[in-house]
Amino acid sequence: MTTTAHDRIDANAGGAAPADELRPVSYWPFVLPALIVVLAVIVFPWVFTIWMSLHEWKVGAPTTFVGLANYWRMPRDPRFVEAVWHTLVYTALSVVLPLVFGTLAAVVFHQKFPLRGVLRGIFIMPMMATPVAIALIWTMMFHPQLGVLNYLLSLFGLPPSLWVFDPGTVIPSLVLVETWQWTPLVMLIVLGGLAALPTEPYESAMIDGASFWQMFRYITLPLILPFIFIAGMIRLIDALKSFDIIFAITQGGPGSASETVNLYLYSVAFVYYDIGYGSAIALVFFVLIVMLAAVMLYFRQRFHWAEAGGGA
Amino acid sequence: MSARQILNKIGLAVCVFLIVSPAIFFFLWMLSLSVKYEIDNASYPPVFIPDRFAWQNYIDVLTSNRFATYFFNTLIVTGTATFAALLVGVPAGYGIARMQAHRSAVVILIARITPGLSYLIPLFLLFQWLGLLGTLVPQIIIHLVVTVPIVIWIMIGYFETTPMELEEAAVIDGATRWQVFRHVALPIAKPGIAVAFILAVIFSWNNFVFGIVLAGRETRTLPVAVYNMISFDQLSWGPLAAAALIVTLPVLLLTVFAQRQIVAGLTAGAVKGG
Repeated sequence: MTTTAHDRIDANAGGAAPADELRPVSYWPFVLPALIVVLAVIVFPWVFTIWMSLHEWKVGAPTTFVGLANYWRMPRDPRFVEAVWHTLVYTALSVVLPLVFGTLAAVVFHQKFPLRGVLRGIFIMPMMATPVAIALIWTMMFHPQLGVLNYLLSLFGLPPSLWVFDPGTVIPSLVLVETWQWTPLVMLIVLGGLAALPTEPYESAMIDGASFWQMFRYITLPLILPFIFIAGMIRLIDALKSFDIIFAITQGGPGSASETVNLYLYSVAFVYYDIGYGSAIALVFFVLIVMLAAVMLYFRQRFHWAEAGGGA
Repeated sequence: MSARQILNKIGLAVCVFLIVSPAIFFFLWMLSLSVKYEIDNASYPPVFIPDRFAWQNYIDVLTSNRFATYFFNTLIVTGTATFAALLVGVPAGYGIARMQAHRSAVVILIARITPGLSYLIPLFLLFQWLGLLGTLVPQIIIHLVVTVPIVIWIMIGYFETTPMELEEAAVIDGATRWQVFRHVALPIAKPGIAVAFILAVIFSWNNFVFGIVLAGRETRTLPVAVYNMISFDQLSWGPLAAAALIVTLPVLLLTVFAQRQIVAGLTAGAVKGG
């Protein structure tokens, strides 16, 4: 039964192929090894996680089936609810700020100037560098007495901040790092969009005497909006699951002031070894992200901008 | 050149400076921290270029008894996970592209959007049962979660753009599917494989979350080793910064020298949703 179902799908897919004589079914051997790996390291963990989430499962204790009890625990767990709020604030800021700065940076990098290639290389370094290594340096820079950031503030006549050492400023400080790190990705995606822009609208706008800002506002921005949108969705997913930077700089502290869902998940599973509850949190978190990704896929299929960014 | 053009040029230069300076400043400061003695790192106002350079910081890190172990751990984990990913991922990307089975790529997308932490709970228990904890095997296997999707994703995109005519000609000449792949498709795809290789290496090298759970004292990779250095507060900043720079230096060099490939790979993956 399964074979016939596969054949039908393959036949449908093959119909669109440029050469009908290349029977699609013969490509399965190419995919099979990867399929086995994907089943083992991606699909199996998920099935197992669902199974575990339905159990009271602590390391070193007997496991019992508890149905959905682990799921009901979440809304009544104040630390989880608080973590959700932290995640939402952190994510909102970490999407909006890189989008704004990344788009501006893309407009600048779209101009021609000397050393552009080298400077673009330096600009994308923050997102390629090892997160733990940069987290370590940021921690030193955030130091209230010896850190260079408070010194820079003092140069501008601003009062010193406690940065990540104060519950009130810890999330904005971490967002600062996240923004510094991921603005380049937004820039690259939007730059790809700018490279694909037609020149005609600008020529006629020039003739009509439009200013730079008018052209940006009424021609460029609407045309690159799909790219900003895609960058925003990627940022949304990455900010939601951000872990390395927060863990390495604050471990969710001070107290639990910067504990996001992902960090709480880590504590539940690998500090308290409450595997059942941890699995339930992992699943809820995953469903949330998948729903957002589904929205992204939907929009991606609505607009066809697949090729546009590839040649940047 | 008119006054207005000069003004525009100055404006652009200021914009470029504002945009690039956070990255330049950060990495220069990182370098500065790593070559200063404790007295300079603890002084206020901060010293940017010290009178005496503490190259000793680097020597301390490089000659510390475990550094070589952690370096080779990272090399083995990243190398094996990347090589295995290319071995299964390149043919898979080819197969998916030629079958036009775009729906199967959804699995890859799910792997991209899943928090790495959620793979850790089930795989940690599995490795425990199998008695593999304490070896590098668990880390190599779990790094496949990072490397395999990157390779497949990039190779699908690349094989979709390579011309079909040569492959069709080879089929007509009686070549088998495998021969077509091996002798026609694969040589053309070398630039794509380079992109996949570079990105897989970088993301595997940088990975931290898998190591903190799965690595023991002897099996730490460099990012985990650096993190463990932070926990010892008595350690001075100089050697810490030097260690951080050493860990990330290979990646920074790759970023500079393989910028074209990285940008192409990231934007292709990004625009396609990954």
